[in-house]
Amino acid sequence: MVSQIAPAAVTDPGVSIDLGKPPARPRRRRRTSTYVLRGIAVGYVGVLVLVPLGVVLWRTIQQGLGTFWDTIAEPTTVHAIVLTGLVAGIAVLLNVVFGIGMALLLARYRFPGRRLLNVLIDLPLAVSPIVVGLALILVYGQEGGWLGGLGVQIIYSIPGMVLATVFVSLPLVVRELVPVLEEEGLDQELAARSLGANARQCFRRITLPTIKWALAYGVVLSLARAIGEFGAVKVVSGNVIGQTQTVTLLVDERAEQFEPGAYQASILLIAVTVICIVGVSLIHPPEGRS
Amino acid sequence: MTLAAPAVERRDAGSRRRAGQPDDRVPLRTAAGLGLGAAVLWLSLLVLLPLAAVVVKGTGNGWSGFWNALTTREALSALRLTVFSSLGVAALNAVIGTLIAWVLVRDSFWGKRVVEVVIDIPFALPTIVAGLVLLTLYGPHSPVGINWYATTKGIILALLFVTLPFVVRTVQPVLIALDREVEEAAASLGANRLTTFRRIVLPAILPAIAGGAALAFARAMGEYGSVVLISGGLQFKTEISSMYVYSQIENDELAAAAATATALLAISLVVIGLLDIVQRWAARHG
Repeated sequence: MVSQIAPAAVTDPGVSIDLGKPPARPRRRRRTSTYVLRGIAVGYVGVLVLVPLGVVLWRTIQQGLGTFWDTIAEPTTVHAIVLTGLVAGIAVLLNVVFGIGMALLLARYRFPGRRLLNVLIDLPLAVSPIVVGLALILVYGQEGGWLGGLGVQIIYSIPGMVLATVFVSLPLVVRELVPVLEEEGLDQELAARSLGANARQCFRRITLPTIKWALAYGVVLSLARAIGEFGAVKVVSGNVIGQTQTVTLLVDERAEQFEPGAYQASILLIAVTVICIVGVSLIHPPEGRS
Repeated sequence: MTLAAPAVERRDAGSRRRAGQPDDRVPLRTAAGLGLGAAVLWLSLLVLLPLAAVVVKGTGNGWSGFWNALTTREALSALRLTVFSSLGVAALNAVIGTLIAWVLVRDSFWGKRVVEVVIDIPFALPTIVAGLVLLTLYGPHSPVGINWYATTKGIILALLFVTLPFVVRTVQPVLIALDREVEEAAASLGANRLTTFRRIVLPAILPAIAGGAALAFARAMGEYGSVVLISGGLQFKTEISSMYVYSQIENDELAAAAATATALLAISLVVIGLLDIVQRWAARHG
């Protein structure tokens, strides 16, 4: 009981002059409502997220570790994993280049249209992945696309899947970098420049260390988003098994056709997700401290 | 990478400000200008041009063509289902998200760290996996006997799953930053907990709740992956707009797909615009 009372209330003799109200009552009421709120919050999160995840894990274990390895080692699964890694890797790389450049522009320069650009960068987060896929088909589709006659197949092929993945994860790196750059200011860089450092040295020795943690955070976020992208990639890939089928598309196909393997591939993706979340929580503290 | 080092200092550089020059504006030098050009070109090719193509295709047959495509029975029933379930999900999130944020900030109990981590899972979990996970527990082969396959309940469940973090994560920092002395003052003046919450806490966190709910609404409007497995996609019954757009793409009816897509885009843009206005208003009045 005593441990529930705030330390001030224990030591402060003034508490006893409480207009004669019995002090135990409000304390007990507070504890009940606290428990009710806690119960609702934990119960909601549990029923919505934790229990379903547990059931999937249990189902996978039930089917046996042998089945798990067999599914993962299937040629179509291996191909899907490699393809997902390739597409996500290229997409994250493009996001890093665009993200650093765009963040430096937004944080350090003032130019006409800066505010508009700032809003437009967030636009991809509000667009349905299916609409993203449709939009890319309308511009880059071989037949009837605005830029369809480039001679390179983009839709139903890896470049289109990369474009779709970059689209949906576009703001993630920029949004992490801009606040850090704005907070840090330019003093150190100006000092470095005045001491004779050239632009490249300045970027490598001053800017990069400054944004290091935010960049790592943005990279993990985009990587998780890129590996998990489904709708946009489904539209632009054509979902050809063994060719343009990523892991998420494989999960979809196996689940819709009631074929085995959906749980096993899902567990793989869940593991990647958990690693990303743990990675993010490990990255965040040093950034917060600096 | 010369972008990294503009020669002119910005406002933060303080005393070295030059008189007469608005310190807010650092003009672009050649290198940074080229960088800006490249970034805008990339943004245009990737985002702006494709989205413009959707609007052009959707409205290519004039306003009446757009309206007719949008109001076919299938498109309209999908749109209605999407808008209403998204509104419901946003409202539910406003309540339960605030409650969860409150518990995470003000309560301390064993396992709180776990809840903190679990909140973030829907952000990072691939949507199709989320759909499969929900179908496993709340589908035809449910171990607990709840079958919400091909029902509106199933769709709302999936939308609640993917939107779980939005309100929690926008309200949480505001609650942490809240000055508790005001609440203690209200309590000492005789206000009970509910009154204190309603009169002191709620006004302070209301913009954050609205912001989080708007984000959740926008996300729910466009959601596809988590819903596709559990909804069953029954025409006129459990087909949401993104599924309708997908089926039209499959049937090569790109104009019909683009009309609904344009409507979804417009709704998203309106929500983002409103959110921006609310946040500016809150920043001025907070």
